[in-house]
Amino acid sequence: MRAAFRIDRGAAGRVFGLAALIAAAALASLPLWVDSGVTRLAGEMAYYLALAQLWNLLAGYAGLVSVGQQAYVGLGGYALFVLCGSLGVHPLLAIPLAGAAAAALSLPIALIVFRLRGAQFAVGTWVVAEICQLVIAQLPSLGGGSGQSLTAAVVRAIAAGRTTREMIFYWCSLAAGLAVLALVYGLLRSRIGLALTAIRDSEPASRSVGVDTFRTKLLTYVVVAFCTGAVGGLIFLQKLRISPDSGFGLQDWTVVVIFMVVIGGIGTIEGPFLGLFIYFALRQLLADYGSWYLIILGCVAVFFMLYARDGIWGWISARFGLQLFPVRRHLVRVTPARRASLDDAADPKG
Amino acid sequence: MEWLSVIVQGTLLGGLYALFAVGLSLTFGIMRLVNIGHGDLIILAAFIALVVVQALGIHPLASLAIVVPAMFALGYLLQRGVLNRTLGESILPPLLVTFGLSVIIENLLLQLFGADTRRLHVGALETDSLVLPGGIAVGLFPLLIFAVAVAVIAALQLLFYRTDLGRAFRATSDDAVTAELMGADNRHLYALAMAIALAVTGVAGVFLAIRSNFDPAIGPSRLIFAFEAVIIGGLGSLWGTLAGAVILGVAQSIGSALRPEWQILAGDITFLVILVLRPNGLFQRTRD
Repeated sequence: MRAAFRIDRGAAGRVFGLAALIAAAALASLPLWVDSGVTRLAGEMAYYLALAQLWNLLAGYAGLVSVGQQAYVGLGGYALFVLCGSLGVHPLLAIPLAGAAAAALSLPIALIVFRLRGAQFAVGTWVVAEICQLVIAQLPSLGGGSGQSLTAAVVRAIAAGRTTREMIFYWCSLAAGLAVLALVYGLLRSRIGLALTAIRDSEPASRSVGVDTFRTKLLTYVVVAFCTGAVGGLIFLQKLRISPDSGFGLQDWTVVVIFMVVIGGIGTIEGPFLGLFIYFALRQLLADYGSWYLIILGCVAVFFMLYARDGIWGWISARFGLQLFPVRRHLVRVTPARRASLDDAADPKG
Repeated sequence: MEWLSVIVQGTLLGGLYALFAVGLSLTFGIMRLVNIGHGDLIILAAFIALVVVQALGIHPLASLAIVVPAMFALGYLLQRGVLNRTLGESILPPLLVTFGLSVIIENLLLQLFGADTRRLHVGALETDSLVLPGGIAVGLFPLLIFAVAVAVIAALQLLFYRTDLGRAFRATSDDAVTAELMGADNRHLYALAMAIALAVTGVAGVFLAIRSNFDPAIGPSRLIFAFEAVIIGGLGSLWGTLAGAVILGVAQSIGSALRPEWQILAGDITFLVILVLRPNGLFQRTRD
């Protein structure tokens, strides 16, 4: 008897997709019914979601464990300040252009750091981030070591009133978070995603079945640099002020992002979401205890890496066979006799 | 003549960087482990020395007698209890666990000691200098650090090439599975390797604390210096690591002579240039 196959991506994803659309609409209307403090926190969470998804795409899928993504946050931020401050570009248009600047710089950087493998790549990216920070601190036109602020004219170009401005910032952050999420999801469902998943599981094996690992990784690195740069531009547009220390801050733009992804579950789209909420909950809870929240977060992340490498989502996913963002393909065998009960045949393990 | 002096100072600075780098070079050479927390462990050793000196009122160099065994024990326990669990096919666990350790150590030190800069004082030894023929003044203490770095590396070379333990280290570095089949206890060997690496880190921490100011936040940049020295020198070669550290020290010293703010940048750029021209470093022995 000839067997037929069909590809199943799970039913939970379809239900969740609908719920996600409704949630996104609700989030978009958030500034209309909560106070500005809550809106600001939600905006921060939205851009951290973007950073976490981007780092996860790099480290969890492409095997590029970078400890230097703060380079692109800082470069994007500075690019935005140059575009708005010196070249008179409209601030909102400058956000994607800041991403383009970061992507343009990421290509030569990639060609150097890609010579390092694994953990050495990680430290190499860190060195590059430090170089970016040191070079920018030497440039008086960018404000040197003490940084610079956006002029009042630029700020007014976004919106005249403070309330409207805060709303626009929030919508931009939300849009950035959702756009990155959509991009990562779309990318992972495409041919590139299949290649990335293969690289994640085994690089030599993926090469043996014809995946061009170098090109796939390079493409991923540059795309991530673009998005990280744009998010960086957006972040510092909101902060209205940038300095080498804040722009290239390891702790703010890389350490906490890595902890979010590791705790939530690396190599999944759902994991960074969970990690995001855990991070913000811990931060609010331990706000009065100085750097203790980083120590606790560090201990939790180390614990997960040692005893539960797939993070919280990995456990949930294995326990319940759940997949909210269906990027995996379950090959389901369909025999003529069972074709009628097609939907029951889904194998949760894939 | 002024430039000759800059190069001599840079070479001696390289001695300190070699002490930073030896631990990293060892753990990479033997178990392919890049310890991201290495820089913070150097600073931890410096703070242990500070506590010991303050509590016992002894000479800072005498604190080596306590700091080095303490770091040796810490290294053994860290590897046996934590890091051995991370070794395997995936590169993520060792990388992210040591990264987590780095953040934990830095913030613990910050909580315990605050952000103030500290320094250990050794009186006249800090400022004494020798005048070499040609009129170049050389600080006695930097010279001592360089001599200690050379002695440490020579001793480790003897350990690796003249003892049974050294042979076991080299065997497990070449092929861990086969070495285990031949009766080597890899978990114990790795723990010993980390213990030795951190003992050297202890020496580095004490000398750092005497030579310059330190505070809890400077660990990551020490890791970067150590890493650059290891990569410039080539993986798995201790004399190569010393050469890499000297090249880095000289590059920083020249940068600093041109403009003080260029010191670290000059080292970083030298590292990148060598990485582009010689991706495997100058004296590579171990295959990745």
